[in-house]
Amino acid sequence: MTPDTSQIVFEGVSKFYGEVLGVNKVSFSLEPGITSLVGPNGSGKTTLMNLLTGLIRPSQGAIHVLGLTPQQPIEFFRQVGYCTQFDSFPPGTNGYDFIYWPLRLHGFGHGQAAQLTNEALERAGMAQVARRKVAGYSKGMRQRIRLAQAIAHHPSVLVLDEPLNGLDPMARSESIALFEAIAKQGMHVIISSHILEEVDRISDRVVLMSSGYVVAEGQIREVRKEVRDHPMQILVRCSNAARLAAAAFELDHVVEAKILNDGHGVLVRTRDAEQFYLLLNKIVSGGLVEVDAVAPADDDVNSIYQYLIGSDGGPA
Amino acid sequence: MSAQDLVVRAQRWSKEQPWRLFASQVSILVRNEVSRNLFTRRRIWIYLLAFVPAFIILTHVILDKNQPTGPAQIENDTQVLAGIVQLYYFRLGIFFACMGIFTWLFRGEMVERTLHYQFLVPVRREVLVVGKFIAGAAVAIALFETAVLACFCLMYSRFGSAGKSYVFDGPGLGQLRSYLLVTALACLGYGVVFLALSLLFKNPIIPGVVIMGWEAIAPIFPAWAQLLSVTFYLKNLCPVSLPITGPLAIFTIVAEPVSPLIAVVGLLCLTIAILVLSCFLIHRMEITYTTE
Repeated sequence: MTPDTSQIVFEGVSKFYGEVLGVNKVSFSLEPGITSLVGPNGSGKTTLMNLLTGLIRPSQGAIHVLGLTPQQPIEFFRQVGYCTQFDSFPPGTNGYDFIYWPLRLHGFGHGQAAQLTNEALERAGMAQVARRKVAGYSKGMRQRIRLAQAIAHHPSVLVLDEPLNGLDPMARSESIALFEAIAKQGMHVIISSHILEEVDRISDRVVLMSSGYVVAEGQIREVRKEVRDHPMQILVRCSNAARLAAAAFELDHVVEAKILNDGHGVLVRTRDAEQFYLLLNKIVSGGLVEVDAVAPADDDVNSIYQYLIGSDGGPA
Repeated sequence: MSAQDLVVRAQRWSKEQPWRLFASQVSILVRNEVSRNLFTRRRIWIYLLAFVPAFIILTHVILDKNQPTGPAQIENDTQVLAGIVQLYYFRLGIFFACMGIFTWLFRGEMVERTLHYQFLVPVRREVLVVGKFIAGAAVAIALFETAVLACFCLMYSRFGSAGKSYVFDGPGLGQLRSYLLVTALACLGYGVVFLALSLLFKNPIIPGVVIMGWEAIAPIFPAWAQLLSVTFYLKNLCPVSLPITGPLAIFTIVAEPVSPLIAVVGLLCLTIAILVLSCFLIHRMEITYTTE
């Protein structure tokens, strides 16, 4: 089979560390855009990223990144940038050299490498402190200089292991904007993060992991639809909440309709959201209720995480 | 020129001229490794290993200024120098310094958790091995050539014009050339062995001790087995033979004699063979810092 040159493909990938399971029988393919790896500590997120970038080899299965494998390092690492979680740096290095010398290894001449280094430093907001030793950086600065190194050669696939750790809110927001801008250029951005609210906001799709297995994978709303054990929650802001709640209760698939404390809305839990929306359309067109807003209340990463993995998804 | 244009241009260049890319990568790796390995406080014990004999000779020169400096004494000191090079440098100094320098090239980066940076750039792992080996060799050769040269100069400087005559009109300069050649070959031979050991074992110290034992007992093995010993080749290139008796005899080398050319070519072939083996071994290496 010819590997797809626009996708990242995992085919039956397993990794064992001796008798310890890293990941087991992972198969999925990723389109360009932002993909989040979500799961508790030890679920296999970093193992999956290390497999993807060739830092470790799969015990079974195969991985193709844009049709390439890490066994073709020259082509592969031109396309891939990896910002790891390892908070360590070559001794004595400064921020500028940390980016400049790897670029020279890419084959860029002095002037080209300097230009790309300065650009990456600007994008990561590290230009002012680039000549300082990395050993003197704060945790957030170290995180950003690693990010700058990962993006400096303009990779098509950017892999980021907990890239928001240690960043202050401003830097976090800037980093997220950067990830979104990179993804908008048609590139792959793969992020693992514990900060589910931000993951939810920027992700096109999620890969949920638990104990080395992929529990669910796909677009967040599609994954949510697949979680049939937990009825979907829909929040309706409306004028006549009691009337809407009564109508909703007449439907078999509605398991709960709770009027909000302020009396201006209903929180509905239903096993068939489509049918509920049809009912809502009828009620509105009949003029019985004036609807101000309708929004799913639990089709976010945090809710899916809770339903599938069972913890609150907060920072571990 | 935009950043994207630069990237495309660099990609095209490396595709069209892969060997130039490899050469450029090796030179960058060597530069980075040398600055990292040569000028660091962690390497002080290696400087000491290299220069301790020179300090001892210097002390001897200062303290024994009034001792006789005739031709007999020159012959005597020539034997002493041969002993320093063959017994100290080949058996201990270069051996342990190469253990420190070459095992640290990869294993040290594992300990410092920085090896992944080397594995995440578009560099073939074979190029990485070659680059690091050349860097290690450059550091070891520079240190020990300087040290041997210092020993040689100090040893004959106290003899004044007689010493000058021995060096420039007698066999001195030829001996120095041989010592420098053998020192460089010793650094290459031991260096490549320890590089390979560091890729085979998480802790290469114990295998290193085994290698030391092997080097000591290799002369009692058949000729074909001696070909796998670094000291077998070195012995054949030493300009002055050592008639050592007593306990120090265990450090002396009694090898099957071969011509100097075969010895040089043989050791270079052994070095290249182990380097090729290392290039295969590096492909098995994974970044698993937590198990280090």
